[in-house]
Amino acid sequence: MFENLLVQGLSGLASASSLFLVASGLTVIFGVTRIVNFAHGSLYMLGAYLAWTLVTNLPRGHFGFWGGVLAAALIVGVVGVLIEVLLLRRIYKAPELFQLLATFGVVLIVQDLALMIWGPQDLLGPRAPGLRGATEILGVRFPLYELFLIFVGPVVLGLLWLLFHRTRWGTRVRAATADREMVGALGVNQRLLFTTVFFLGACLAGLGGALQLPRESVNLQMDLAIIAEAFVVVVIGGLGSLPGAFLAALLIGQMQAFGILIFPKITLVLAFLVMAVVLILRPYGLLGRPPASAHAAQVVEPPYPPPSPAFRALGLATVAVALLLPPFLGDFALIVFTEIAIMVLFAASLHFIMGPGGMASFGHAAYFGLGAYGAALLVKHVAAPMEIGLLAAPFAAGLAGVVFGWFCVRLSGVYAAMLTLAFAQIAWSAAFQWVELTGGDNGILGVWPSDWARNKLAYYYLALLLCLGATLLLRRAIMAPFGYALRAGRDSPLRAEAIGMDGFRIRWVAFILAAVAAGIAGGLFAYAKGSVFPTYMAIPRSVDALLMVLLGGVQTLSGPIVGALAYTWIHEQLMRLFELWRLLLGAVILLLVLFFPQGLAGAAQRAAEKRA
Amino acid sequence: MTMTLRRRTALLGAAATLAAPTVQAQEGPIRIGEINSYSAQPAFLVPYRNAWMLAQEEVNAAGGINGRRIETVFRDDAGRPEDAVRHAGELVNSERVHLLAGAFLSHVGLAIADYANQNRRLFVASEPLTDALVWARGNRFTFRLRPSTYMQCAMLVEEAAKLPARRWATVAPNYEYGQSAVRWFKELLTRAKPDVQFVAEQFPALGRIDAGATVQALAGANPEGIFNVTFGADLTNFVRQGSTRGLFERRRVVSLLTGEPEYLDPLGDEAPENWIVTGYPWAELNTPGHVRFRDAYRRRFNDYPRLGSVVAYDTVTAIVAMLRRAGSTDTERMIEAMRGLRFPTAFGEAEVEFRAIDHQSTLGAYVGRTALRQGRGVMVDWRYADGRNYLPSDEVVRTLRPQG
Repeated sequence: MFENLLVQGLSGLASASSLFLVASGLTVIFGVTRIVNFAHGSLYMLGAYLAWTLVTNLPRGHFGFWGGVLAAALIVGVVGVLIEVLLLRRIYKAPELFQLLATFGVVLIVQDLALMIWGPQDLLGPRAPGLRGATEILGVRFPLYELFLIFVGPVVLGLLWLLFHRTRWGTRVRAATADREMVGALGVNQRLLFTTVFFLGACLAGLGGALQLPRESVNLQMDLAIIAEAFVVVVIGGLGSLPGAFLAALLIGQMQAFGILIFPKITLVLAFLVMAVVLILRPYGLLGRPPASAHAAQVVEPPYPPPSPAFRALGLATVAVALLLPPFLGDFALIVFTEIAIMVLFAASLHFIMGPGGMASFGHAAYFGLGAYGAALLVKHVAAPMEIGLLAAPFAAGLAGVVFGWFCVRLSGVYAAMLTLAFAQIAWSAAFQWVELTGGDNGILGVWPSDWARNKLAYYYLALLLCLGATLLLRRAIMAPFGYALRAGRDSPLRAEAIGMDGFRIRWVAFILAAVAAGIAGGLFAYAKGSVFPTYMAIPRSVDALLMVLLGGVQTLSGPIVGALAYTWIHEQLMRLFELWRLLLGAVILLLVLFFPQGLAGAAQRAAEKRA
Repeated sequence: MTMTLRRRTALLGAAATLAAPTVQAQEGPIRIGEINSYSAQPAFLVPYRNAWMLAQEEVNAAGGINGRRIETVFRDDAGRPEDAVRHAGELVNSERVHLLAGAFLSHVGLAIADYANQNRRLFVASEPLTDALVWARGNRFTFRLRPSTYMQCAMLVEEAAKLPARRWATVAPNYEYGQSAVRWFKELLTRAKPDVQFVAEQFPALGRIDAGATVQALAGANPEGIFNVTFGADLTNFVRQGSTRGLFERRRVVSLLTGEPEYLDPLGDEAPENWIVTGYPWAELNTPGHVRFRDAYRRRFNDYPRLGSVVAYDTVTAIVAMLRRAGSTDTERMIEAMRGLRFPTAFGEAEVEFRAIDHQSTLGAYVGRTALRQGRGVMVDWRYADGRNYLPSDEVVRTLRPQG
């Protein structure tokens, strides 16, 4: 018994080392550049694929294997530099999190490129020379390579520590992590610093991927499989903290290894559960520190200007088209229009807490999905009609908003965003695992509208009415005293509190409102599709919402609307017409990011201002 | 701003074409709308789509169906049921397809099946394995080709019951397919051999198995037999850790789908030996029908067929046979033709039938042992398990499927 537990622990240590390698690169990059690098998983995958190509083509033996692994890591480092120089460097001045949009474009492009270069079949790399077999530990066999990995983690941590504490470059990086502006003012070349940091981070991701070669198959799903977990490790450890990331990796690795002995199904959500608990107890992660300098974080956003006449006319024209055109459209166009209307409300609800509230959410799909489930569960269990279902949707989502929001709005920045993600994943796994109630991943079928709304045109007008109404109400709330208070809390929490505003309560109410609005969208979506699945609250849908808001421009009022229109439409067109739609969508996103760093609506507004 | 305007006009243009109902000449081509997770599951679906095109070309070269060509409009759902439903709407309403087909993932298949049910369209599901598709949530518009989770489990249980193993452990991906497979395996094996014991079960998340810990957890329970449901990347990682840690020594492993080239080939010379598996021995299967299919596929794509290729080829064959029988593209007539339809399979085995009772085809699978030959995994001692022998009795099926 004891020997089994010991070996279980060792297995956990090996996994922890692998996880740490990926997370270390991510945390180093975030610490200095404040970029939420969604493409880190893609770099990891590239590392694995490149290592496979190099190792299988180089002569067998120690040189071929280890040389191939290191070369793969360095090549990925160079790819990282290219991404930084060609893309990210151009948009450092954009609003917070905007770079996430760019890195997501990279993710899409790498997915299709990898498929084109390496083909669809999983690849199995050779085992490491000298570490092929196993050794006996108390009579239980344990792979040598896993033993090797257990040591790699601490060694890399040690080397990084030396690099950061014993070299001039490292000192600068630490200084930049603490206060970017001050380092720049002292004459340090920030560009070079950022580029080299990106090189290091990408190398670590590549190394992490390459070292998986003797352990796991190389496949096209590696990127997204690792990225969420890597973020969790970074956040649990505290953003920018290497020892924190190491500790967090150990924690997750051991929890996974022992967790499955007691609850075999827990792996789905375990990492997110741990993250939720850690963030509730320690809002800045295990070893993270609150941002030391207030001035670096506080950028006061410009107030929302009244829309220019041209812009207002365009908005009215859009509404007119949405109202008058549909009777002349075919059924499929109505389906797409309905979906766009729903996405406009979904994006507007996220924008409500992200823009005026200043609190990003990585898990906004939870409220969308809970709205859909709120309606569908009533249909499934008590055969409720659509009208009741649509009423229940915002209640279900709002209730979750009350509970989750109470925890989330206490945190700030990426920590808050990651806590929303944790709650979303917990809700998702409940929908996924609670088969008796929710039907599990096979979902709930037969969620169809009442007879009067069964006609596509009637349902479109119903969706339009509710979505337009809710979106306008959200806009109204932003311009009401409540909205001003919310923005005051975002731009200067201290002053807002000093004049007697209860920041916590205001943000909490905003969070609930956003959840309710997302719930309405989710309920409408359920009846539009006729079925509800856990994918409605999975990570990709949260990412979609983020993309729409960022694409439109988070600092404008009409941003989410423009973003939802553009993204839903582009996505639908490309996906329908092209096999390589991910490559094209990624390229379109990169172009939009480079040319409209303020978002589409932001750019339009600027153009109008210039003309005026 | 010009962006927005241009988008508007483009949309208007697209809408105008959609608005005018395309009057399809009765003798125009017969159109099939095919929805699948092409970008999410390329390993299975690239060979699938190849064989689909091959079958379609063959049918059209031979003069089509009563002079009408068949055409397929493919759509990628990216693994999201909500996107699949939107594509279904597009295919039916603006592409004017006569029937829907496809689906790889079970939840996507169920979503399309429900769409078909609501919109009264025929849906020929090719691949999704879930039993719910034809049983618990079956409907009269949906038919499924591949042997279901239940059928493949029943095939393996027949072999597992012959083994001396009493203590069993299971490992399956944590979603409906894995959970159902484990449930059926337990139930059917206990029925066949009441003294078996299940000593451990592992449910790693799909695509994210922590193989070392999972293997160790299974080994800790010291089972005599292991039932494996993992596939793809999870299987590869599981096998690698399991072999190095000696999990498979002196233990028998019974494994779903592992004999399919999609999953066996990536393992290369590390393919496990002497596992009892369901699969497809493409190289050794020399029935006249299969030789013809394999040669045609090789000539066309310079590659060997995978199981996905057989599934696609048979789906097209079935649809064509149905269209000939129906003599019409009216949905009711097509459904009548599907019920009890008999058609040949690319396996070259006995004719397959779409059962009228539950719309499940009787396509079977090959059951055999894995072995290593010239540095790659193959199936040996295999036999064709005809699907019709691995379905519950009609009375049981009636209780499983909503009637009326």
